[in-house]
Amino acid sequence: MDRAPPRVAGVGLTHFGVHPERTGRDLFAEAAATAFEDAGVPRADVDGVYYGNFMGELTEHQGHQAPLMAEAAGLTCPATRYENACASSGVAVREAVRTVRNGEADVLLVGGAERMNNVGTAGSTEGLAVAADDLFEVRAGVTFPGAYALMARAYFDEFGGSREALAHIAVKNHDNALDNEFAQFRQAIDVETAVEAPPIAEPLHLYDSCPITDGASAFLLVSEAYAAEHDLDAAVSVTGTGQGGDHLALQDRADLAFTPATEAAAGEAFADAGIERDAVAFAEVHDCFTIAEVLALEGLGFYDRGAAIDAARAGETTRDGDLPVNLSGGLKAKGHPVGATGAAQVVEATRLLRGDHPNSDAVDGDVGVTHNAGGTVASAVVHVLEVDA
Amino acid sequence: MSDEYTPENPAPDGEYDAWLDAVAADEGYYLACDEGHGWLPPRRVCPRCGGDLHEESLPETGEVATFTVVHVPTPSFAAEAPYATVVAEFGAVRLTGVARTFEGLAVGDTVAPAVGEREEGDRLLLLEPV
Repeated sequence: MDRAPPRVAGVGLTHFGVHPERTGRDLFAEAAATAFEDAGVPRADVDGVYYGNFMGELTEHQGHQAPLMAEAAGLTCPATRYENACASSGVAVREAVRTVRNGEADVLLVGGAERMNNVGTAGSTEGLAVAADDLFEVRAGVTFPGAYALMARAYFDEFGGSREALAHIAVKNHDNALDNEFAQFRQAIDVETAVEAPPIAEPLHLYDSCPITDGASAFLLVSEAYAAEHDLDAAVSVTGTGQGGDHLALQDRADLAFTPATEAAAGEAFADAGIERDAVAFAEVHDCFTIAEVLALEGLGFYDRGAAIDAARAGETTRDGDLPVNLSGGLKAKGHPVGATGAAQVVEATRLLRGDHPNSDAVDGDVGVTHNAGGTVASAVVHVLEVDA
Repeated sequence: MSDEYTPENPAPDGEYDAWLDAVAADEGYYLACDEGHGWLPPRRVCPRCGGDLHEESLPETGEVATFTVVHVPTPSFAAEAPYATVVAEFGAVRLTGVARTFEGLAVGDTVAPAVGEREEGDRLLLLEPV
């Protein structure tokens, strides 16, 4: 595509955490207001709202959320909700990027929200489980942690690996969240604590799992022409987008320990941006469980198959490593308000590249990558972001 | 049975329920295309190659490909926990089911399919070690 890549003009997040008393509309209104303030873009210029949400019908008895969220943001423009499980706002980002690049819009409000804690652990576990195949997985007792545990054991069986190696990923991501004011968990943990935590779905235990999170994310995506015309301070562009798909049920996948949807999304996004993997300074990947970070790094092509399990333990993906991963704290420690996550990764990557993130000093380069996965990676969306050098 | 579908009297899920009936009668089957790709019903075409599908007999036993022991279940499985969710290879097709007996279970073990009932009344596919 020849058109100039769109720019991120302003970003907003709520605190990611436990806010059972706050409605989804209130969360999104806060994130959107922050994004508008950051961007300095008038609401009257917004052409549309691209919004991600997964289980609003179950947790808030609220479908048709997009116009509601536009209202909450102070808008009455066209608004559409995207639902792709945990990749809901990732696909909203992708569609927004394509729309601006196609020349069909100059200013879009992009984001997502999820309210989860108001239905408790049992309710949110039930809600998340429906991202799996109802007939052949949910009815066989598959939970969301259980599905990733099936992949973890398959990975261990094929390549080796240990719960200790996974614990190093949790420790790393908790460390990265310490200074992130938006993060749910801002306390350090050690490997021993993670290994000895209670089992959720073996071999995954408590600290292998992301928390149940309420929160919202939003940013304003503008065309390069609009940014130039309005003299916006918008140094970060989304230069590549890609999406991949796979069979919904694990039992139907060609491989239980690899995620071809991520591989396809990454291949498309890197080619779209015209960059090689060694140009990437950091990655925000979908670590809903520690094993998911391993699968993401291998699917993205940063590691060969079977090689990413020890990346955190070896210090390669820590903040002072060659490829810092999840400097925000990731889903694991920053939190995972499902429908907000993909757009939140773009927000965090933008802040990291702009230099106003508490962990920006760990970024040595101009290119960041975000990776957002749906379900057990039946959907994957990858974006490449670059900052003006 | 009343024709009115309620939460207590849900509508059947078509070919899925028919497939469970077949497994319960030891007449399990799967759907295969001419390329040898295997799937469970309901399917109308092979999702890998788009080919037509025909029924093949399900092998009597399968081999555990992966499993997890679930300690935090969904509410509808609360009475079952802890239990093992098992994915097992049955030739050209994989099945996902519950093993209520899982002490010492390992990848590569042999399991057999059966249909059980949950405390809530729903049926479920069992894949118990043999």
